[in-house]
Amino acid sequence: MRIAKSFGPVKALADVTFAAQSGQVHALLGENGAGKTTLMRILYGLTRPDAGTILIDGSEANITSPRVARNLGIGMVTQHFALVGPMTVAENLLLTEPGNGVISLQKARAHVRDLSSEFGLEVDPDAIVEDLPVGGRQRVEILKALSHGCKTLVLDEPTAVLTPKDIDSLFSLVQGLCKDSGLAVVFISHKMHEVLQISDEVSVLRHGTIVSTQRNFELDVHQLTQLMVGADDPNLEVLVGAKSPQTPAIAQLSAPKATVLSVRDLVISRDGVDRVDNFSLEVRAGEIVAVAGVTGNGQSELVEALLGLHEPTLGEIEVNTINVVGSGIRGRRTAGMSGVSEDRHQQVVGELSVAENLALTDPSRFASGPLLSRSAMTASAEDKIAQFNIKSSPGQSAGTLSGGNMQKVLLARMFDAKPSVAVVAQPTRGLDVSSTAQVRAELRNRAKDGTGIVVISEDLDEVLQISDRIVVIYRGRIVGELASDTATTAELGRLMAGVA
Amino acid sequence: MRLALRESQPTWRTFLLAGIALLITYLVTAGLIRWAGANPFSAFELMLTSPLKTSFGIGEVILSATPIIFTGLAVALAFRAGYWNIGAEGQFLIGAAMATFVGLHSNNLPGGVAIPLMLIAAAVGGALWGVVPAILRVRFGIDEVVTTLLLNPVAALVVAGLLNGPWRNPETQFPESARLPKQTDMPTLIPDTRIHLGFGIAILLLLIVWFVIARTPVGLKLRAVGSNLKAARASGVNVSRILMGAALSSAAIAGLAGGVEVSAVSHQLTNGISPGFGYTGVIVATLAALTIPGVLLVALLFGDLTVGSFTASRILQIPSTVGEVVQAVLMVSVISVLVFRKYSIILRVKAPQ
Ligand SMILES: Nc1ncnc2c1ncn2[C@@H]1O[C@H](COP(=O)(O)OP(=O)(O)OP(=O)(O)O)[C@@H](O)[C@H]1O
Ligand SMILES: [Mg+2]
Repeated sequence: MRIAKSFGPVKALADVTFAAQSGQVHALLGENGAGKTTLMRILYGLTRPDAGTILIDGSEANITSPRVARNLGIGMVTQHFALVGPMTVAENLLLTEPGNGVISLQKARAHVRDLSSEFGLEVDPDAIVEDLPVGGRQRVEILKALSHGCKTLVLDEPTAVLTPKDIDSLFSLVQGLCKDSGLAVVFISHKMHEVLQISDEVSVLRHGTIVSTQRNFELDVHQLTQLMVGADDPNLEVLVGAKSPQTPAIAQLSAPKATVLSVRDLVISRDGVDRVDNFSLEVRAGEIVAVAGVTGNGQSELVEALLGLHEPTLGEIEVNTINVVGSGIRGRRTAGMSGVSEDRHQQVVGELSVAENLALTDPSRFASGPLLSRSAMTASAEDKIAQFNIKSSPGQSAGTLSGGNMQKVLLARMFDAKPSVAVVAQPTRGLDVSSTAQVRAELRNRAKDGTGIVVISEDLDEVLQISDRIVVIYRGRIVGELASDTATTAELGRLMAGVA
Repeated sequence: MRLALRESQPTWRTFLLAGIALLITYLVTAGLIRWAGANPFSAFELMLTSPLKTSFGIGEVILSATPIIFTGLAVALAFRAGYWNIGAEGQFLIGAAMATFVGLHSNNLPGGVAIPLMLIAAAVGGALWGVVPAILRVRFGIDEVVTTLLLNPVAALVVAGLLNGPWRNPETQFPESARLPKQTDMPTLIPDTRIHLGFGIAILLLLIVWFVIARTPVGLKLRAVGSNLKAARASGVNVSRILMGAALSSAAIAGLAGGVEVSAVSHQLTNGISPGFGYTGVIVATLAALTIPGVLLVALLFGDLTVGSFTASRILQIPSTVGEVVQAVLMVSVISVLVFRKYSIILRVKAPQ
């Protein structure tokens, strides 16, 4: 395909040429906002190109909607899943292909079973989608795409939400689909080692143009990073790991500082199951404590309870010695805690602009008299856009931001509140290499200035790199606590797997 | 033929679509008018333009638009916050009853005191009628569409009860209140017309609401709650307070409309005081796509059609209900056509060259 696309003044894609071969995995790399998702949305008929053509098996296709795309054998698993939570897997599949007249759930169930045995995808047709773990939901999405006899499968950042084990099974699935069923797979990821592991061919997008398409064996991490950020990027050496990052040294707490967050005997029950059990944690000013664990061991419930999205069943959460349990999100903010939870779309108002979203927490700061000063809001937003290197303008609707840039808006807003306790879930999920380095440095900087930070992450490198202390959570309980400077990946891995 | 999502929604397209909707309305109702024995073109010309040709006509248009500016504004305000207040009708009626109560007991208070008291009572009455659904929604998550709607017939029964009981007209024994004292009559805004001060109040409120929504901190929060409640909450907005505020202001504006109607137009409470102003408000707000200036435009258009269809029926000898049919068809066609603000239609897939 050869494509150009602009959104008003924003040139998202400029004369991009991209080809996927059947039986091969073609990886698509690029910085946040480079245009990866936009390109794939065009292929899947979710967005129309301004110019350009798409060729499928040599003949030109006019893809005006996902339905057309599906009929042409294109399937896509988007960054955010499009499933109906309370319905079963079989019902979800029926939705895309209801057919005419009477629907037969019986047939749909059999269809799911056929597909899952054909492709070696473990999926229970009668499972309720919202009860499935993320990896399971993703398999349903893939199954949905495959159920239309798809020949080209697009996976947009599929590994961002998966556990290492799920990533392995996804990769063997993808390899199977390519080798045995002859599919062409487009794979988007920010993780270089994944790209090098799974792909046959790699294309790199930068600022809306393809800067390189090469065979996998011709490449290494260093080259890839250089292609992504451009050879002239001053941080290049740091990013590829040739030089150690210039993050401030981990705080040596000479005199112990005040405790800013104290969690005692937290219990969170959902549907009669204790998702978090007897969780206690103390965080001092200026320290970063990582809660490490494989996704699904109570972390999301823990974050929701800490931030007040869902109050805990039992236990105390003290922020600056004030018990905030029962005071909701706003009570916690007043006490000095703010944070970012996992689901970005439930924290950003898509229809409002970036500047408005940034101001939303406390818009009266920008009031002159009774009115909001748009210029003050815009100026402040411009500051944060520059500081966090967000690819957008203050007036852009937040809903049109790329995934990584949305994450940066949330982080910028969190720090804007000058919290004494910051709780961040998966701070660098979906971020490109340079943004990841930048966000980690920012977290260290804030800690140096005295913020107590809790990072919830399953990325071992991240946890070891930025935290002072690591607590490992397994099945909702703390199973170990380690100091970052002495902890090893192996030790952490063992604890996270529940092998004491 | 399929629908496809558009990426941008320029303003000119909205105007173009409004024009198309008018054309469709014309085509659909032309047959009906012909059947009623008149020339559809002249009927439409009379309906749309005859009121605007004389200053008297313009005054009548404004007069009949005034109550639906209020109710349209009330509904648009609530809807913008994601609070689906369908209860403007009941709130209007309670407002009217409260104003009547104050008017009946105003003794010899001068108008400058009595009228403001009536209007305050009306707004408070409307808000009180809206408070229970608002609390049920905010505290317990009970759907306000159902509760606000169900309270409308209850309000009508309250009015009927009052008119058949304590407030029955002592002279005529009709189920309508006595005429309120002369000094409670709202003064006219422009001499020698029937345009009353209520129109001025409506415009003032409209401007205030517009500014609050578009340009104030509260307005920003309200828009955030209305478009993504969860995200607004996660951003630290006090969602309950915004919903409560929007629900009660909306109900107060609808109640105020009832008070204005009593003081300025009917000078008494009757069972038919509202020919469905509250429901029309929902339509006005919807046609205005919940924009505040749009509410004014649509309400004036409805006023124009209402006055014009009287003229048309008088001159062409067709039933004046034709005007109502036109309004209803207009509503359906505008709502259907407005889909194309967000979607484009694709007639046929281009064959590969
Ligand atoms: N509807 C839109 N209106 C305006 N700008 C848009 C719209 N959709 C996308 N963009 C812009 O186009 C650019 C490319 O976005 P895209 O989502 O393709 O990035 P991406 O490469 O997938 O990034 P990420 O790695 O963060 O997911 C971004 O700058 C984004 O803000
Ligand atoms: Mg993307």
